[in-house]
This record gives sequence, C-alpha cells and structure tokens, in this order.
Amino acid sequence: MVLNSIEKLIEKYENGETSLKEEQVLKNYFTSDTVAPHLEMYKPMFTYFLANQQEQFTKDVSLKTKKAFNYKWISVAAVAVLMLGFYFNKPSDVGTIDDPEIAFSEVSKSLAMISNHFNKGTSTVGYLNEVNKGTSTLGYLTEIENTTNIIFKKTNN
Amino acid sequence: MTQSEFLNIVMPFKDKVFRLAKRLLISTEEAEDATQEILLKLWNNKTKIEGYKNVEAFSMTMTKNFCLDKLKSKQAQNLKIVHSNYEDKQTALQKQVELNDSVNWVGKIIEELPEQQRLIIQLRDIEEYDFDEIADMLGINNTAVRVNLSRARKTIRERLTNTHNYGIK
Repeated sequence: MVLNSIEKLIEKYENGETSLKEEQVLKNYFTSDTVAPHLEMYKPMFTYFLANQQEQFTKDVSLKTKKAFNYKWISVAAVAVLMLGFYFNKPSDVGTIDDPEIAFSEVSKSLAMISNHFNKGTSTVGYLNEVNKGTSTLGYLTEIENTTNIIFKKTNN
Repeated sequence: MTQSEFLNIVMPFKDKVFRLAKRLLISTEEAEDATQEILLKLWNNKTKIEGYKNVEAFSMTMTKNFCLDKLKSKQAQNLKIVHSNYEDKQTALQKQVELNDSVNWVGKIIEELPEQQRLIIQLRDIEEYDFDEIADMLGINNTAVRVNLSRARKTIRERLTNTHNYGIK
C-alpha cells in the first residue's frame, strides 16, 4: 500500500508535478531504512539532496560601516585656500600715477615708442613691390607660348 | 539600516546563496568568494534593499547572474577552476550519510547537467523553493521550470540506474 503510493509519487516526481509536501514524503521514505529493492537507485539521490541542505557558508564577511572619503570636500578646501591667498596677498604698488600731467606725458611717451617700432615694421613691407615687378616680367612667357602654338599647329596638319 | 538589521535579513539565506554558487562554480573557494561578493554588494546597496519585495529571491537571482558571469569571464576560460578541495568535503559528507559511492555519484551527475537544469535541481530539490519562486528567480516561466526539472530528474535517475547496474547486466 505504502509502496504503491510511493511508486505513484515517484512517477509524478519525475514529471516535475509533485508538490513540496509530496517531495518531503519521498525524501523521508528514501532516507529511511526500508526502501524497496527495485527503488534502491533513488536512495542516493535523496540522501544527496538532504546532505547538501546542511552545507553552510562559514567564511566571515567584514562589512565596512565606515563611509568612503568624500573627495568633493577636497576641491572645496582648495578653492577656500586660493581665495584666502588672493585676499592676503593684495599687490600694493602697480605704478599708478596720481598727477594727470605726468600721467599724460608718460602715456604719450609710450605711445610714441609704439608708433616708432610700428613704422620700422611697415618699411620692410615695401620690398613686396619688387615681387610685383618680377611677376610682370613673367608676362613675356606668353610670347613663347604663342610661338609654340604655331609650331604644334603645323605638325598637327 | 544598521548592521544588525542587515544581518537579520541576510543571515537566513546566506547558506543558500553559498550552495547555489557552489553548484554552479563547483569549487568551494570560488563559491565562498562569490558569496562574499554578493553579500558585500547587498551591503553596499542596503538603502535600496527595503524597496525589494523579496530580498531572498533577489539575492538568488543576483547569485545566479554573478556565477554565470564568472563562468563566462575570460579568466575562467583561460584557467580551468581547480577544485582539489572538493573530494575532502565529499568524504566528510559521506561519513555523515554512510552511502559512500552512490551519493558521490549523484554529485558528479548533477555537475554534468546543463547549467539551467543544475540551477533548478539546486533550487527545487535542495533548497525546496516553490515553482513560482524559482520561475521568478530565473526569469523563465513556470512550465519551463517544470520541464527542465523533469528532464534533470530523469537524467539523474537514468545515470544512477546505469552506474548501479554497471557490470551486473
């Protein structure tokens, strides 16, 4: 009677239709000592399943509660240091002139110097005219072309 | 979430994660590393944990994906994972169950099954999950789980019968 139901259960089991409860019945039956000889091959299967349920993870896992350092604050600190540096190292003398007359003469002096150097530069540009002359003489080359054209026309005929 | 709250959630299924990892990776060391990795991932995302309906199922899916990635990674392809410790663990189990050789055989047969079937056997026959839960974890439907399970069980039974009758018939 018991055997009969076990055989039915086994068939269901192999078709993947058993419920967890029915599988538990099978597991209990096959790990007991009274297993029918013709069902002997199922025994190691269920023993293996039960034995493997007991395997445990024993390794320790250290869970870090410390938060990772926030690198955002480094940039904030850097900016703060820079600002402080600018604040305390204000340049005191940049050569400001208070008297307007002296200021005017200084400015005109330096402007005169600039125009002086500028004129030196433009005088050298004058040499470009020479280049233009050169290109105009190249016009004579067209004369040569004319003569060659005449020669080729003759040979073509 | 404090550390103790986290441990309360995670501790009940950490062994299951480990066993699933071992089923896929076979080597105990690899499985331990994988489990550690999974637990750390969970810990680092502990703020999100509360949002999940079923942390256990979620972790099992994570484990599955992690192990499959591991198996497909270049490292595993260049270097076969050596599991010299495996035999030792098994002999300890053998003593427990007094069924030396045949039980060992079951382990070897399961090792040879396709990954999907191995996963399902592990989740159903060893961890005793519901079909719906397994379907959810593996991202396949209920019938596919049953079909794969049925195939796996039949394969195991056939091979066991063969080894049993080896040399007799």
